[in-house]
Amino acid sequence: MALSTSRFLAILMKEFIQMRRDRMTFAMMIVIPIVQLMLFGFAINSDPRHLPTLVEVHDTGPFTRGFLAAMQTSTYFDIRGTVASSQEVDRALKTGEAAFVVTIPENFERDIVRGDKPALLVAADASDPATSGSASAALSVLAANTIDTLAIGPLSYLAGSQEAFSVIAHQRYNPAARTSYNIVPGLLAIIISMTMVMITAIAIVRESERGTMETLLSTPARAPEVMLGKIIPYVLIGYVQTCVFFILAFWVFSVPFAGPVAPFLLGLNIFIIVNLALGFLFSTIARNQMQAMQMSFFYLLPSILLSGFMFPFAAMPGWAQVLGTLLPSTHFMRVIRKIMLKGADLSDIVPDLRALLIILVAVSVLAMLRYKRTLD
Amino acid sequence: MSGNGTAPVIDVTGLVKKFGDKTVVDHFDISVPKGAIYGFLGPNGSGKTTTIRMLCGLLTPDAGSGTCLGYDILRQSDNIKEHVGYMTQRFSLYEDLTIRENLDFMARMYRVKDRKRKVDAALEDLGLANRSHQQAGELSGGWKQRLALAACLLHNPDLLLLDEPTAGVDPKARRDFWDEIRRLADAGVTVLVSTHYMDEAIQCDNIAYIAYGKKLIDGPAREIPEMVGLATWRVEGPDLAELSAALDGKEGIEQVARFGSALHVSGMDAGKLEAAVKPFLKDKRYTWKHQPAGLEEVFIHLMSGSTDNFGGQEAA
Repeated sequence: MALSTSRFLAILMKEFIQMRRDRMTFAMMIVIPIVQLMLFGFAINSDPRHLPTLVEVHDTGPFTRGFLAAMQTSTYFDIRGTVASSQEVDRALKTGEAAFVVTIPENFERDIVRGDKPALLVAADASDPATSGSASAALSVLAANTIDTLAIGPLSYLAGSQEAFSVIAHQRYNPAARTSYNIVPGLLAIIISMTMVMITAIAIVRESERGTMETLLSTPARAPEVMLGKIIPYVLIGYVQTCVFFILAFWVFSVPFAGPVAPFLLGLNIFIIVNLALGFLFSTIARNQMQAMQMSFFYLLPSILLSGFMFPFAAMPGWAQVLGTLLPSTHFMRVIRKIMLKGADLSDIVPDLRALLIILVAVSVLAMLRYKRTLD
Repeated sequence: MSGNGTAPVIDVTGLVKKFGDKTVVDHFDISVPKGAIYGFLGPNGSGKTTTIRMLCGLLTPDAGSGTCLGYDILRQSDNIKEHVGYMTQRFSLYEDLTIRENLDFMARMYRVKDRKRKVDAALEDLGLANRSHQQAGELSGGWKQRLALAACLLHNPDLLLLDEPTAGVDPKARRDFWDEIRRLADAGVTVLVSTHYMDEAIQCDNIAYIAYGKKLIDGPAREIPEMVGLATWRVEGPDLAELSAALDGKEGIEQVARFGSALHVSGMDAGKLEAAVKPFLKDKRYTWKHQPAGLEEVFIHLMSGSTDNFGGQEAA
């Protein structure tokens, strides 16, 4: 029963040789930590800044300009333009075009000077409390600073008066700022990304590993036949997952479903198929099931971290937002949050559906080109 | 057989396949007439499997051209696949599917008409009708091989490509298998079969011997010994093991092979061989007989890698 150093060394060396031969795994082990550290170390920022903000202006003057300038320089808000009506305010918040809309009421300046203590209305998209929270908290400080700066000369009587005008922040969609309202719908996107990609990636690599690919390829089957035949069964699994998800979302987390069902189902189907196609693409690259698993995980992490699931999308630097935009989960995340929390309709999610469809076409074409009908 | 006027089923020239910088198949030509059983012989790694895969479109040749069933092997592999039954070296049906499910799957892949009846008939022929719900993975080697053959026959292929179909199968099953192959060939199916077994090679009408990716010899089975030109002495008597050891390695003796109760002593140079054997002829316990080399000796000779003067043979 004596332990043998030589046997140990033999195994050690064999493992090193195998590790070196399996370049893919080797590369993954080296690249994954580097890439993920670079990506997520910089991208994750739970103190979001530069949030898209629109202004509904019914009055102009030094206080209005001062307050808007203070918002901009606080770096929390990024004032992108103006809206004209309350319908536009609703639409901008629902589609995600704006996270905040500042409404300057009529006669705002006059009322301040008169000491009538008017109020500014700031509507915030609170469906993601992490995004809106700290920015909202900064609003009253900004108001006080604006007053202090402008309370000079004839207006010096306003100095020190915290209440020359006030800010009323209206938290839309998730007034209680429940984090679960934001996280739970997003989880569906993550669950589908994880399981759908992995399951198809493995399903095809398994054919190669078991040798059955040779039989499959010796038949006259074409790439789209194989791809569709492989993908469709898993769409049903995606439906089952969705059902389970909603049962839990309603009963355990009491997350509302504010919007219509049909546009949601449309988005869901596209999203499931995108992920399956992506899995198929991975499987044309991976040589064994292990590699397929690794690729799936490699894809999963950015889906969690860069899609706006865990951290506010708007808070990420530009390049991270570009990467995030390439991920299907980013777009489905928006679809499901908009519909479930904001009650958005089909017209509100058109840009997201379009993005998903573009990704679907790109991935499918790539997968079909990569799928080799020979053993070369 | 090739002179009967019909176009050859397989007609390829100059096939080359490289994996990296290793040339696995090197300028391979072959012409297989309709209804023939064509044997591919050669040691492991000689390029038999690669050649078969190129013929049915599973691999793309790096060079060369030709037709298979009248279709271009480079551009019309889809058409070729429709009419070819390919049996892989390793069992490559789905082990986690039942016997019936596997047959059904293959029948669907080839869009076989009247599928249900065909599958039933195949199960009946196989003698597996009562075990059709068993998973294929549970079958023994011989049954797997029969199932694989049945699966690639469902669409009535015109050409069968069999890659070492009987590896690891018992002799009885092998004989049954070859009876079936012969029956198919008689019905007009062309069969290209690679094998390691000499007794199987003998069953072939034509034989192509491949080594190191090159075809070294190609011809009707009965003419092969003459083409190789091997001289053989047959010796019978006691203590053959001792005699074998004494003969082995003598100048002019290239191989000493045991066939039942006799030794076959062979060499390429008949004169040198006779000189080497001469001292042993005096021993009265043994009976020596000079005879033309049989296919068996020739294959042992070929397999042992004595490729000396084939270069000349090939050119001639």
